[in-house]
Formats: sequence, structure tokens, C-alpha cells
Amino acid sequence: MTLIDLANPTRFLSVTARLLPWLAGATVVLMLIGLYQSASAPDDYQQGATVKIMFIHVPNAWLSMFVWGVMSAAALGTLVWRHPLADVAAKAAAPIGAAFTFLALVTGSLWGRPMWGTYWEWDARLTSVLILFLMYLGLMALWRAVEDPSRAARAAAVLTLVGAVNLPIIKFSVDWWNTLHQSASVLRNGGPTLDRAFLIPLLMMAVAFTVLFVTLLLAAMRNEILRRRVRSLQIMQAGQKAA
Amino acid sequence: MKVTSLGPYASFIVTAYLAAAIVLAALIGWIVLDYRNQKRRLRELDESGVVRRSGRGASDLK
Repeated sequence: MTLIDLANPTRFLSVTARLLPWLAGATVVLMLIGLYQSASAPDDYQQGATVKIMFIHVPNAWLSMFVWGVMSAAALGTLVWRHPLADVAAKAAAPIGAAFTFLALVTGSLWGRPMWGTYWEWDARLTSVLILFLMYLGLMALWRAVEDPSRAARAAAVLTLVGAVNLPIIKFSVDWWNTLHQSASVLRNGGPTLDRAFLIPLLMMAVAFTVLFVTLLLAAMRNEILRRRVRSLQIMQAGQKAA
Repeated sequence: MKVTSLGPYASFIVTAYLAAAIVLAALIGWIVLDYRNQKRRLRELDESGVVRRSGRGASDLK
């Protein structure tokens, strides 16, 4: 089976119906392992037990950007290749990305208060992530505002690609400006600076959250395909009544 | 791990994990309810006699 086969929505529904239970099971198992490893991780010599917030903050922060990256690839699929499922994927991913970004902001604030003495600071990293969250909300509003899915898809695709400019700004904000937020300690030149005792649970949670994202994305894409089927059948029904 | 072993900032740690659990549960719940809603609408269309261009019933997912 190739990607072209999956371009058929009916085929996609059939394949994902078989795949989703396995993905949901894998998410639960990975999440339980990650949570156990997070709970068992030692306290940090400076931050104490507060370091445990990192195990949910960082995966959410990574995914907030990764989901926008996936949406940008889907936007290219809509504008360049006109792939039938590209805009379905983009629309389904937006609320999931918004939830991850919201959690990155909330857990970051809850980590910042005891460590920095403040819930919020208008520094480059925090502000650029807040902008990302607002862009997710804007994109979701755009999808709702335009009734025709194909017209909404093109407008959303352009907005998504423009918004992708924010991703390197978020990533490198801690290097380009003086920020309260610490610089990168995992995805950096020279390798991670984190001790293995923290790095392993963090990576396990990152994998668990990524599999969770894939599971939710496929489920939300199925919903969107069904929603469009309802819409086209309702239009067909209205046409039959009028004739 | 006991909450008492989380030190003086236990409330921040517990709140962060609770917030993640609540938001993710809400997201999963919304997706599940949305699926049920779409299936119900397709069943209603099926009952009203609308068929897809392929000739299959509206709620037939194959």
C-alpha cells in the first residue's frame, strides 16, 4: 500500500479503523512507562522535585512546534499537490496543536513561578510561543468562518505557511535574545547536556506524546472525512428535494 | 512517589500534571463525541433514504 492508496478517503477510513486500536494501546503503554520513569527520576540538585514538570512541559512544547510543522507539510500538500487528505489533516491537527501549545504555556508558567519567581515574563521565548497559540486559534477560526472546505483549505494553507516563520523564531529565541527561559539542553549542537537520569524519562514522555498526537490526528481526520460526507449528502438531499 | 516527597513546590507540580490530564482528557472526549455525532448524522441520512454516489449507504464506512 502506498500513500496514493491512502489518498482515497474511504480507503483511509478502512486502514485507520484497523490501526487506531493499536495506536491507542501503544499510547497508553508508553505514557504509563514514561510517567513511571518520571516519578522515579531523582530530584535536581538546584530545582529539587520541580524538575518533574519538565517531563510534561518539554514534550508539549516540542509538539506545539512539531504539529505546526506537520500542518505546514499538509499546507504544501494542499497548495502544490492538491492531495485530497492534506487539508483534512491540516484542519484536524489545529485543535490538537492548540491544546499542546496551551499545555506548554500553562506548565511552563507553573514551572516558572517557583524557579523564576514569576508566572509570566514577556521574553522572546514565552511571547513567541504565545503568538503560536494565538495563530492556532486564528487558524481554527478561519476554518469555521469559510463554509466551503476547499476555499477554507487554500486560505488556511497560506496562513499556515506564513505562520511557519515563527517556528525558527521560537527555537532560536533563546540564542538570539537575552531571555529568562533557559537555552536548549537536548536538541543542540554537541548533544544533550541533561543527565541520563532526566534524559531517558524525558525522551520516553516525548515518544508517548508523539504517538498520542498521531492517534488523535488520525481519529480527528476520520471525523473530518465523515463531516464532509454528511455535508455533501445533505447538499445532495437538498438538491433532490428541490428537483 | 508521595506528594509529600515533592518538596515545598508540590502544589505546582501536581497542578501541572492535573492540567495536562484535564486538557488531554477533554481533547480525547471531544474527538470521541464528534465521531459519535457524525455517525448519528450519517445514520439519520441513511434512514431518510439518501445514498452515496457509489450506491452505498450514508453510514457505510467501507
